[in-house]
Amino acid sequence: MQKKSKALLGLASALMLSSALPNLAKADELTLCWAAWDPANALVELSKDFSAKTGTTMKFEFVPWTSYADRFLNELNSHGKLCDLIIGDSQWIGGSAENGHYVKLNDFFDKEGIKMDDFVPATVVGYSEWPKNTPNYWALPAMGDVVGWTYRKDWFERPELKKEFKEKYGWDLAAPKTYDQLKQIAEFFQKREIDGKTVYGASIYTERGSEGITMGATNVLYDWGFQYDNPKKPYEMEGFVNSPDAVKGLEFYKSLYDCCTPPGSSNVYMVESADAFKSGQVAMQMNFAFTWPGLYKDEKVGGDRIGFFPNPAEKAHFAQLGGQGISVVSYSDKKDGALQYIKWFAQPDVQAKWWELGGFSCLNSVVNAPGFAGSQPYAQAFLDSMAIVKDFWAEPSYASLLQAMQKRVHNYVVAGNGTAQEALDGLVKDWTQVFEDDGKI
Amino acid sequence: MNISNSIVEKAADATAKMTPNSVVRRVRGLSDRAIAWLFIAPAIVLLLAINIFPLIWAIYLSFTNYRANRPNAAVEGVGLRNYERVLTDPDVWQAMQTTAHFVFWTIVLQTVIGFTLAYLIDRKFRGHAFWTTIILIPMMLSPAVVGNFWRFLYEPQIGLFAYAVSWLSGIPTSDIRMLGDVSLAPWAIIIVDTWMWTPYVMLICLAGLRSIPDYIYEAAEVDRASAWRQFWSITVPMALPFIMLAILFRGIENFKMFDMVTLLTGGGPGSVTEVASITLKRAAFESWATGRASAFAIVLFVAVFGLANIYVKALNKVKQR
Repeated sequence: MQKKSKALLGLASALMLSSALPNLAKADELTLCWAAWDPANALVELSKDFSAKTGTTMKFEFVPWTSYADRFLNELNSHGKLCDLIIGDSQWIGGSAENGHYVKLNDFFDKEGIKMDDFVPATVVGYSEWPKNTPNYWALPAMGDVVGWTYRKDWFERPELKKEFKEKYGWDLAAPKTYDQLKQIAEFFQKREIDGKTVYGASIYTERGSEGITMGATNVLYDWGFQYDNPKKPYEMEGFVNSPDAVKGLEFYKSLYDCCTPPGSSNVYMVESADAFKSGQVAMQMNFAFTWPGLYKDEKVGGDRIGFFPNPAEKAHFAQLGGQGISVVSYSDKKDGALQYIKWFAQPDVQAKWWELGGFSCLNSVVNAPGFAGSQPYAQAFLDSMAIVKDFWAEPSYASLLQAMQKRVHNYVVAGNGTAQEALDGLVKDWTQVFEDDGKI
Repeated sequence: MNISNSIVEKAADATAKMTPNSVVRRVRGLSDRAIAWLFIAPAIVLLLAINIFPLIWAIYLSFTNYRANRPNAAVEGVGLRNYERVLTDPDVWQAMQTTAHFVFWTIVLQTVIGFTLAYLIDRKFRGHAFWTTIILIPMMLSPAVVGNFWRFLYEPQIGLFAYAVSWLSGIPTSDIRMLGDVSLAPWAIIIVDTWMWTPYVMLICLAGLRSIPDYIYEAAEVDRASAWRQFWSITVPMALPFIMLAILFRGIENFKMFDMVTLLTGGGPGSVTEVASITLKRAAFESWATGRASAFAIVLFVAVFGLANIYVKALNKVKQR
């Protein structure tokens, strides 16, 4: 009996030990959370160097864009420990800072000699700072991104089309510099037959469920003069959000949707827009710059067939900022390891490799390097675009603000209800309510 | 019979031998009522934990300004303000109207088509079992699969639905924008829901039709009642409780419709397909207005519970006739 008990005790001890061993091994493991997209694959590749150097195993939790915000904001709000590092969307900064989800990085940056002046200024404001334009840093700029355009260079270069276009519009068919030009090109290609197939003018963002149509419409509205609020008096929106210029901008976006998009474009965002371009449906495509490396590599539309251009200008010249910063989650048990990853990621040689692999570095030494503009066919368009970025509200209540804009803009542009003036007046009303609820006005 | 009895007895003996004496002594001291409670208790605890507690918690939250994404902020009571906001919000009323539209039309279509199919299947023609299986397939699919599948079918350029409508009507496929057109999008969802859930209604109606004893029809035949008269005087009244049950189930389900709408239109174009569950989800898990969303959820709960109760009373009256 005693022998049996000892044997059982030994077995139990062995079992306990064996179950504890994997935990010991996992002490040097970090989990990084991000969206499931092409740059994430590049980051997996890049992070192998970090693992080789430090012996830390990198685990990745990638979630498709459609559920990215839901999944990770739930994780942060429930103080989950899944993510040690998170590459959170630019709009999350306000809420994540105020709700204590992210570790404030100022002291760490000072200690490690990481200077925010070394990064593209717009990305520091967009991805790292809260409150905006104050030296309070909650993330390191990780993935620069901006809405721009791709076009079918091979179609634009066809002599017969060039001739016809010149005769019709009086200027050479080329990447547009203004929105009037963009619309003329889109109209020119709309329902045109090319190689026996009907093609269309442009694919633009119209998605209703998450943030699609807002990212697309603001991209255009900024150029007409839309502003989120009075630069001299925060949260004063009347006359800025719904200014006559903003109204004209929204009317233009609707006219572009009505005249020149493929049939069934009522719910288009990043994936659908890239698909429309890849399948040879459209002459031009609005999309975030992260899609450009993949499209350039595409066998059917990439290589010499594709061209890139930044958002055209109108009264002003802006482009909608995308992209994200990398942050340390304050609920992580491995904050020191996570900070080490950020320290490693901030190094110039790692950032250079990040760009090579398909990520979009925000480090000045990379993007301002002499050979950068020629390093990829889309590098110049990326540089030009990053120079003109503007972002959506990054307030803690950004989601409510976003929902209101999604509804108002989709209602007017896609559903065709009411006027642009009514849509923007309604938006001012909705946003005022949100800020009143927040006690900001 | 004997063999199975002896197996049961052996199993009972084995269980009795294995039960520790201390447990045997305790159980022997319990009354039948206590043992009954012992068995029911886990289910009750589970019910309280999963259903009742969250409901009470939601009622409490509906009177506060609580936001789930700001757990450190002070939670303050706001009285009836959340309810006032919900009940005076035009978006909420629009969502309720949209939901009512879906519920009404899906129920009408599913009941009419489902009952017709059940009536035809009940004729027991050659191959009826095969056709029953075929008809049931949509119901067995996941809503996510169905949503994506129909999204492609509705695609104006490559979708089979647009092609079929174009072939029948002569309208160009590019003009058949089921999901992007304000007047067509609600119908696009009603069509999909009807396609998917009519078989469910058919099954319940079939059960009702099969429950009608043959001798009633035989007596009607003797009285020389016409087929039409038999249908209206025997089939419909006797199957009515089953039809009403199907309407109840589908009504409650469609009131909560979420996945299909999200996949097909995301609530658009504009807000024409934004049903109450989507508005609620946006308030609760995107805006994180937890208190207000709780008030909205309670309003919805009361509405469904109240309507269902009235309906069940009507159903009982029909059954008692």
